[in-house]
Amino acid sequence: MLFPHSAPSIAETAATPPLEVRGLTVAYNRKPVLWSADYTAPARGLIAIVGPNGAGKSTFIKACLGLVPAVSGTVKVHGGPVAKRRALIGYVPQRETVDWDFPASALDVVAMGRYAMIGWCRPVGRAHKEAARACLDRVGMADFADRQIGQLSGGQQQRVFLARALAQEARVYFMDEPFAGVDAATERAVIQVLRDLDHAGRTVICVHHDLQTVADYFDHVLLLNTRVVAAGPVATTLNAETLRQTYGGRLGPGDVPMAGRDRAPDPGRDLAPLERGVA
Amino acid sequence: MITTQEFLQIDLPAMTAAVLACVCCALVGNFLVLRRQSLLGDAISHAILPGIVAGFLITGTRAGLPVILGALAAAVIAGVLIEAVRRFGRLDGGAAMGVVFTVMFAGGVVLIEQGAARAVDLDADCVLYGQLEAILWLAPQTWADLADPAVWADLPRQVVTLALVTLLCVVCVVAFAKELAITSFDPALATTLGIPAGLFHHAVVVLVAIAAIASFEAVGSILVVAMLICPAATARLLTDRLPVQLWLSVAIGGLTGAGGYLLGAFGPSILAGGPADALNAAGMIATLAGVLLTAAILFAPRHGVLARNRPRHRGAAGHQMGKDVVSDAVTH
Repeated sequence: MLFPHSAPSIAETAATPPLEVRGLTVAYNRKPVLWSADYTAPARGLIAIVGPNGAGKSTFIKACLGLVPAVSGTVKVHGGPVAKRRALIGYVPQRETVDWDFPASALDVVAMGRYAMIGWCRPVGRAHKEAARACLDRVGMADFADRQIGQLSGGQQQRVFLARALAQEARVYFMDEPFAGVDAATERAVIQVLRDLDHAGRTVICVHHDLQTVADYFDHVLLLNTRVVAAGPVATTLNAETLRQTYGGRLGPGDVPMAGRDRAPDPGRDLAPLERGVA
Repeated sequence: MITTQEFLQIDLPAMTAAVLACVCCALVGNFLVLRRQSLLGDAISHAILPGIVAGFLITGTRAGLPVILGALAAAVIAGVLIEAVRRFGRLDGGAAMGVVFTVMFAGGVVLIEQGAARAVDLDADCVLYGQLEAILWLAPQTWADLADPAVWADLPRQVVTLALVTLLCVVCVVAFAKELAITSFDPALATTLGIPAGLFHHAVVVLVAIAAIASFEAVGSILVVAMLICPAATARLLTDRLPVQLWLSVAIGGLTGAGGYLLGAFGPSILAGGPADALNAAGMIATLAGVLLTAAILFAPRHGVLARNRPRHRGAAGHQMGKDVVSDAVTH
C-alpha cells in the first residue's frame, strides 16, 4: 500500500470514473480556447493530454480544477463536483508558474501538499513533516530537504513539486508538463513515481509535450486541439490520422511517429499568448 | 540635557508610536514583497489621503472613526479604479496603480489646501512626515509614575490605536501563517486545496490598508511606504526561511523606528556638543531603513553583493534572487 493512511477508500469511489467532463467550454477575451470538450477518464492507466501549443491542454486541466472559469460544461471527479472532491485531487502546476526565490525549503514546499489535511490555522506538526520528508525521499530528494528551493536545479524543482503531489495523498492527479525541461535522472524519477501511483490505483492525467515518449510512458491519450480530437488507449488512438487531425498535418520532422515533413508554423501559435495570459 | 519628565512626556510616546508604526507596517509588508506587489503598498498608502482629508474636513477632528472610514473608503475606491483603468485603459497593473494613486494623492493635497484656506489644522507637511512631535503623554512625570494605572489610562490615542493595530497584524499573521505562505507562493495549488487565494489577496490588501491608516497620522506617508518595503526586503536578504524573515523584519522595523527617532532627536545636540535643533524623526527613520537595506544588499551573508562575488559561495539561483529583491526595493 503506497499510502498507509488518510486517503479515501478506493472501494467507495471505484464505481465512478475518476474524471468525467461534459461540454466544457472556456474562452479568454471571448475567444474559445477549449470548445465543448467531452472526456471520461478510464479507471486504470496513465493518461496523457497531447496537442499543439495553444490547444487548450493546460486550460483543460485548470478548468477541470476550477482555476479558470468555464463558459459552460460540467466536471465530475469520482462522481461529484470538484468543489466536493478537493481531498481526492492532487495538482502539479507548471514549474514556471511559481516564484522559486520564495523563502522556503524543499521540505516546506512539500509540506504545503498537506495543508488541507492539517487544517486551518494549525502549524505543520512533526507527523506531517515526517510524511513530507518521506515523499521527498521517494523522488530521491531527501538530501535536499533543507535547501532553499531557488538553489535547486530545474529537474530538482520538478521533483519537489512531484513530492508535494505525493504528500497530498490524492486519488486523481492533474499534472501540467511534469517532464518539461528536466534532466534524464529526473525524467526517470518522475516516470517511476507515475507508475507507482498507477499501480496503487491512482489516476494520473498529464499534459505531455513530447510525442516521442507518449507511447512509452502512457496507457491512454487525450488528443486536444481546442476540441477533443480523439481519446482512448494509446495503441489504438495514437496514429497518423489522429495526429494529422490534431496538429493539422504540420508536424515537425522530429515529431515522430510522423516523420519526414518540413517544420511549419505552429498551428496553435496565435492562441498561445492567450493561454499564457492565465498561466 | 533633557530631563526625565521631558523624555517621558515627549520622547517616549513619540518613539513608541514610531516603533509600533514601523513594526506593523514591516510585518504586513512582508506579504507585499513576497507577492512581488510592493507597488501596491505605495498605492494604498497614497490613495487613502483624500479619504483621510475628507473625513477630517467633515468632522473637524483627526481622531476617530470618520477618518478611518474615509481612508478605508478611499482604499476601496482606489482598488476599483485601478481595476477599471487596467481593463478599460488596457494598461498593465503597475501603470494603472501608478496613475490612480498619484491622482488620488494629488486630489488629497488639493483638498488639504481647501482645508487650510478654512484655517483647519492640517497641512501638506504632516501628510508627508506625520506629526510624531504632537504625540504627548502628559500624565507621567517620573519613572515611578509608570507603576500607576491612572497614568496608563491617559496614553495618547495614536499610541493606543497603533498598539491595537499592531496586535491585530501579529495575530492575523501568526494564525494564518501557513495560509498566507501558500497563497503567496502557489495560489493555484492553494485554490485546489480549498484555501481561497483571491480572498487572501484581498485580506492582505485590507491589512496593509489598516496598518497604513493607523501609521499615517503619526509618521506620514514617506515612512509608511519605506516601512512596508525596507524591513521585509532587508530581512529577505538575510535569511531563506519565511518565519525567520517575518520576525527579523519586525525586529529591524522596531529597531529602525527607535534608532531613527533617537538619532533625529538627540543626534544633533550630541554632535554639536550643545543645544541644537532636532532632525525630523520620520525622515530620519526612513533614511536609517534605507541605510540598513543598503548594508544588507552589500554585506548579507549569502545574498549580499560581496558574498555573491566571492567565487566559492557563488550560486546561480542566489544571484538571481538578490537582484530581484533589490529591484523590488529600489523602486521605492
